[in-house]
Amino acid sequence: MEKLARAHVLVCGGTGCSSSGSKIIIPALREKLQAKGMEDEVRVVETGCHGLCEMGPLVIVYPEGVFYVRVKPEDVDEIVETHLVKGRTITRLLYREATTLETVPGYDKIAFYKKQKRYALANCGHINPESLEEYIGADGYEGLAKALDMTPEAVIEEIKASGLRGRGGGGFPTGLKWQFTRAASGDKKYVICNADEGDPGAFMDRSVLEGDPHRIIEGMAVCGYAIGSDEGYIYCRAEYPLAIKRLRNAIAQAREAGLLGEGILSGKFNFDLHIKEGAGAFVCGEETALMASIEGRRGMPRPRPPFPANSGLWGKPTNINNVETFANVPSIMRDGAGYFASQGTETSKGTKVFALTGKINNTGLAEVPMGITMREIIYEIGGGISDGRNFKAVQIGGPSGGCLPESLLDLPIDYESLTRAGAMMGSGGLVVMDETTCMVDVARYFLNFTQDESCGKCTPCREGTKRMLEILNRICEGMGKEEDIPLLENLAKSIKGASLCALGQTAPNPVLSTLSFFRDEYEAHIREHRCPAGACAALIGYTITDKCRGCGLCKKACPAGAISGETKNVHVIDKKTCVRCGECQAKCPFNAIDKS
Amino acid sequence: MEKKFADRDLACLTQLDEFLTSLEGEKGALIPVLQKAQDLFGYLPMEVLVYISRKIGVPISRVYGVVTFYSQFHLVPRGRNVIRSCQGTACHVRGASAVMREVRKCLELEGGAATTDNLRFTLESVACIGCCGLAPVMTVNGDTYGRLVPEKVGDILEQYR
Ligand SMILES: Cc1cc2nc3c(=O)[nH]c(=O)nc-3n(C[C@H](O)[C@H](O)[C@H](O)COP(=O)(O)O)c2cc1C
Ligand code: FES
Repeated sequence: MEKLARAHVLVCGGTGCSSSGSKIIIPALREKLQAKGMEDEVRVVETGCHGLCEMGPLVIVYPEGVFYVRVKPEDVDEIVETHLVKGRTITRLLYREATTLETVPGYDKIAFYKKQKRYALANCGHINPESLEEYIGADGYEGLAKALDMTPEAVIEEIKASGLRGRGGGGFPTGLKWQFTRAASGDKKYVICNADEGDPGAFMDRSVLEGDPHRIIEGMAVCGYAIGSDEGYIYCRAEYPLAIKRLRNAIAQAREAGLLGEGILSGKFNFDLHIKEGAGAFVCGEETALMASIEGRRGMPRPRPPFPANSGLWGKPTNINNVETFANVPSIMRDGAGYFASQGTETSKGTKVFALTGKINNTGLAEVPMGITMREIIYEIGGGISDGRNFKAVQIGGPSGGCLPESLLDLPIDYESLTRAGAMMGSGGLVVMDETTCMVDVARYFLNFTQDESCGKCTPCREGTKRMLEILNRICEGMGKEEDIPLLENLAKSIKGASLCALGQTAPNPVLSTLSFFRDEYEAHIREHRCPAGACAALIGYTITDKCRGCGLCKKACPAGAISGETKNVHVIDKKTCVRCGECQAKCPFNAIDKS
Repeated sequence: MEKKFADRDLACLTQLDEFLTSLEGEKGALIPVLQKAQDLFGYLPMEVLVYISRKIGVPISRVYGVVTFYSQFHLVPRGRNVIRSCQGTACHVRGASAVMREVRKCLELEGGAATTDNLRFTLESVACIGCCGLAPVMTVNGDTYGRLVPEKVGDILEQYR
């Protein structure tokens, strides 16, 4: 039996914090504690992601719950000597609110966390993801035990009563999907967890897999029991090596403990899991393409029906859900459907994890009840726009979603309201943009992405997205034509209507939403050859004003040799040679270079 | 078609054979086999594809089809150090293209080339590696570097030269 420790030091070992240095901090802490003979008193725990990645590496000291941010290896000595030995908080390392700049001592007092209700993420950052005991200590596998005491039908009813809807994008009611798969005829059925997380800018699935892998295993086992399946697959993208490692470890532990395999929890239920690594194709997140990929084929979608519930993996009835969907299942089973159903709005129950990224102060993961407004998320949790700039738009739903302007910030977020506004819930990635982001460029960015990732099976998506991209490229280069806007709208309509899968059907959304909310930016590009955000290189120019002292730094910095001038005299930029890289402006010590 | 394997390659083939035996009876094994082969050889030479096709009884046309579909697989040799520059949305709005431009400049990669002539570096773009909080991000051989600005790129690459 291990001795009870008087303090715990939690260090985030998620991908974000590891790359900002927690990989060095953890051994340094252990070494220092050992040197002081304190290794039995103070336990160092490597946890999953706490969500506030911007401030990483994060170190939290319990029992006080003191929250240290951007900790460097050099700070380790002080944490041990001052905090753990003398019991004094180190103010210098405390978190400061982005809005008030005040330091905040405790975890629970930070604005980023105050408004959150962590349900799917409950354990992330609080337990050691490589320890089955810690998961069980946090009431893990209680939901599965409870489910196995119920009939499969009753389990499905419970999930239906919770109102849980798919978190992978479509928002299909999870209980109903399970019911369809249960009702499908066939003695072999499969459960698949979609961990492909292809939407750039979303990383909630990765955090759950890395920070609380047993939760996914438990959720999938409950599903297996409910639909009558004994075998499951987790399809995880290869870009997430840490998630794959933690999953493999968790599966081995669960097998060892009789929580996977034959006769789970000494009963009659058998269930086992495999992991399949993706091979780099965004379209493989689409369910039929994903199954083709597991079968070892090119990951191309096929028309539905038949739906996977009737004919899925190797033609067998298959239930496929997203990581976050499965992450909600254990707690719903454990607590009953009541709590989950009491959160959120009429049509969208429970809490949802959003990934806050882009030009925002607190980038990271936030889990909040559905129905919260975008303003609350961006300004109260996210701490507002970074660098004192102004908000312009928030992109939600990734390549299938749209950009919402300032006027829609008070929209309560749920599946329906977002779709009505021309965006989409998608996986819950929120990319915040400020006045320096060009909306035409954003639309072009997404079209470039979908065009690249289109599998090429159906013509509207393969050719249509290419044509739309050509037009957007033209506009960004200042060669747009007046008829380009109606042409874009026309193409968008055909692609939406005629594509085989949702990749094509939703690909025009980023263009349509920017056209409806930021049409003036398109018009400025086309009619005035001007990029209002100053982002499209072809449409901006640099000029040197008379603030120039002739120091020559710009001349040295220019990669194109476009700047000339004598020392101590005002320099000039040759517009024809200038490649508009902005290097000169960045180097000028006198603020003498204007961009227009 | 029948090309001789070099000694070093033969050692890799033995390991590949062991892997194939361990997969005996598993359905849909083609992609894991290709992943393993690429791990061993660094890329997927045509003679290895032919070998795999014969070994697992999948037509070479299908093997080739799968290899060319997924961006993870490579038919030509790659650099010793693989740089993946994230061009995901979060990184894009925080200046990922300037970082990418700087990498190309540091490595003197001209035109569309992805691998340096001395086979020291390969540059790839990737859409999101899930570290969006640290945007813009790139990885070198799996090590992640975040909050990048073009000025930092040179020093990072220097460590791998
Ligand atoms: C192009 C495309 C990409 C998708 N990518 C993902 C993904 O990365 N992760 C995911 O869970 N669902 C993704 N989906 C949605 C899946 O097809 C499917 O609806 C989902 O996995 C169902 O799970 P849910 O009901 O729990 O949401 C994608 C769909 C399309 C059309
Ligand atoms: S967008 Fe670059 S890491 Fe996510």
